[in-house]
Amino acid sequence: MPRVGLFITCVNDALFPATPKAVVQILERLGYDVDFPAAQTCCGQMHANSGYKKDAATLAGAFEDVFGAYDAIVTPSGSCAAMARDQYPHLIGSDIGDHVYELSEFLIDVAGVEDVGARFPHTVTYHPTCHGTRALGLGDKPLRLLRAVQGIELVDLPAADQCCGFGGTFALKNSEVSSAMLADKCRHAADTGAEYLAAADNSCLTHIGGGIFRAGGPRPIHYAEILASTA
Amino acid sequence: MSTRIVPAASLIPADAPFPKAAKVALGMPQLRKNLAHATGTIRAKRANVAGELDDWESLRDTASAIKADVQHRLPELAVEFERNATAAGARVHWARDAQEANEIAARIVREAGADEVVKVKSMATQEIELNEHFEAVGLKAFETDLAELIVQLAEDKPSHILVPAIHYNRTEIRDIFDQKMGDAPKGLTDEPAALAEAARQHLRRRFLSAKVAVSGANFAVAETGSLVVVESEGNGRMCLTMPRTLISIVGIEKLLPRFADLEVFMQLLPRSSTGERMNPYTSVWTGAREGDGPEDVHVILLDNGRTGVLADEVGRQALSCIRCSACLNVCPVYERTGGHAYGHVYPGPIGAILAPQLEPGRHDDLPYASSLCGACYEVCPVKINIPEVLVHLRQQGPHQAGERAAMRAAKAVMARPRLWRAALKAARIGSMPWRRKGFLRRLPWPGSKWTVSRDLPVPPKEDFRDWWKERQR
Ligand code: SF4
Repeated sequence: MPRVGLFITCVNDALFPATPKAVVQILERLGYDVDFPAAQTCCGQMHANSGYKKDAATLAGAFEDVFGAYDAIVTPSGSCAAMARDQYPHLIGSDIGDHVYELSEFLIDVAGVEDVGARFPHTVTYHPTCHGTRALGLGDKPLRLLRAVQGIELVDLPAADQCCGFGGTFALKNSEVSSAMLADKCRHAADTGAEYLAAADNSCLTHIGGGIFRAGGPRPIHYAEILASTA
Repeated sequence: MSTRIVPAASLIPADAPFPKAAKVALGMPQLRKNLAHATGTIRAKRANVAGELDDWESLRDTASAIKADVQHRLPELAVEFERNATAAGARVHWARDAQEANEIAARIVREAGADEVVKVKSMATQEIELNEHFEAVGLKAFETDLAELIVQLAEDKPSHILVPAIHYNRTEIRDIFDQKMGDAPKGLTDEPAALAEAARQHLRRRFLSAKVAVSGANFAVAETGSLVVVESEGNGRMCLTMPRTLISIVGIEKLLPRFADLEVFMQLLPRSSTGERMNPYTSVWTGAREGDGPEDVHVILLDNGRTGVLADEVGRQALSCIRCSACLNVCPVYERTGGHAYGHVYPGPIGAILAPQLEPGRHDDLPYASSLCGACYEVCPVKINIPEVLVHLRQQGPHQAGERAAMRAAKAVMARPRLWRAALKAARIGSMPWRRKGFLRRLPWPGSKWTVSRDLPVPPKEDFRDWWKERQR
């Protein structure tokens, strides 16, 4: 069995404990020994993408120190995994990103499972987040895992591949454009009539959810929490 | 009956920072409707025809490799082009910047005994503002591409690389013709065929009388000294064959080593730009030939900032661009703002990486005009990694002082696990009053930039770390 280190991400550390809990539950259910190194903080994505290369390199270096000894590093974030894989090589000359897996990659490519034994009797629509889908190339992996969930009813999200308008500091710097993108995403999500909107990144879900709380629509949920559910 | 058209460029401030200009564009409902409709249509067409080719991905790889090779050997290829074009009877001129290119072009027009030119749609001439320069020195330039004609008549600026009038619908186009064309037929309707016929009649007179034509080029083949223009209306073919004098203004990055390289690009370009399988009018010419087309053929090779871009190892991939516009059509930002908000002839994702490099120190706001969603990179036929270049340019600075301080503080905390844990705890305690509600609806600036359209969740009572510690016992 590989030594699995869990990288929960700074966003989940601060705001969404239910998601990393779910990851632990899923992996343990499949027989993996999961470790949570407490010295972890942030992958450095916000700094890198906002143009602060040196700060990003410091945080990337710290990430490598914390996670260097693990065979596999699992994280419930497509964009953090993409950060390590795409940017660490030229940022700090490290290929640790090759061992960083977004949850669905680990489950399908390493563990070789699609059915993780979950039950979730609800209607769910799925938003493929940009970094997960395009930068990381997750394809339909999270969806394949969701399809295997008992009792779930998946509804297609119209214009699913359109960005929700988050983009880190973009949401603040270009607040108006971001809000216009968000409005369309929320409208499409509401149109599905689903109970839940699932995605592979809580940062995007914070953004979409923040809009949905106002306008009404499906409840945002990280897909890991669906996979952990046995209700 | 027709409504007076107010040119969009006069409403959207070109010199304002992107967020400000974008805000104006976002407040123009008709513009947004026209843009969403047009980009949506081309986007679907492109996806369809690109998907038909089994070797699409290897075509992209090949094109990207050819362009990288050109960038490595640009000086050598430019000289090879000059040699071969000159041997075939063309006169090759070198222009360091817009000013030089405009002056050379104006001189040639005068030497040809003319005071007006017909134009083939060309981004290079938009970039150097040839029309404006000509007007200032008493020459006239007439656009002959339908969409460029519309923009010129409306006294507007292009809002898209390929479809400069993308922000107008056909009713607005009818009104523009009606009010500005002079010889528009009475009772002109907004039927596409009627509009095209009106433009055709209007342009025909120009084609027949013009002594000089000005064009750009999609490709310049070093091996043969040939230029290539790819267009779909036939107006280009008229300009390239009828007038006695032809001036082509060509950015040096348009070079291709071999004639055979065209095979790759002629598959990628039409499918990526108009969503067509094959391009309707492809004109290739090599120098001048007596009794066949123009006899007085000039090529102006234009730098205008390109060698500066070439010096940046990451940024130089922007010079691979073949101006297909696919990245604009899929961009969620462009779709909502249109081109004017970018304040540069090259808008959208390619503009966001090219404009600040061509004019260093200007357009510093453009690399931030993107959510880094990556849709542009996915469709780019020459595989320019636009998100990578955007991030690279952001990292060159400059950064606003307040933001830099905030980022540095965040890093200082995140780089020390104990401080980070303390900060998380402080946030949990500090947000306690809002815990029951679960979110914040209104924050002071700069948080207001978030809460203008979204709630912000507050940290829950128990965090993951407590839970983890608890179960380790
Ligand atoms: S950057 Fe790529 S997609 Fe955009 S216009 Fe240029 S070639 Fe086309």
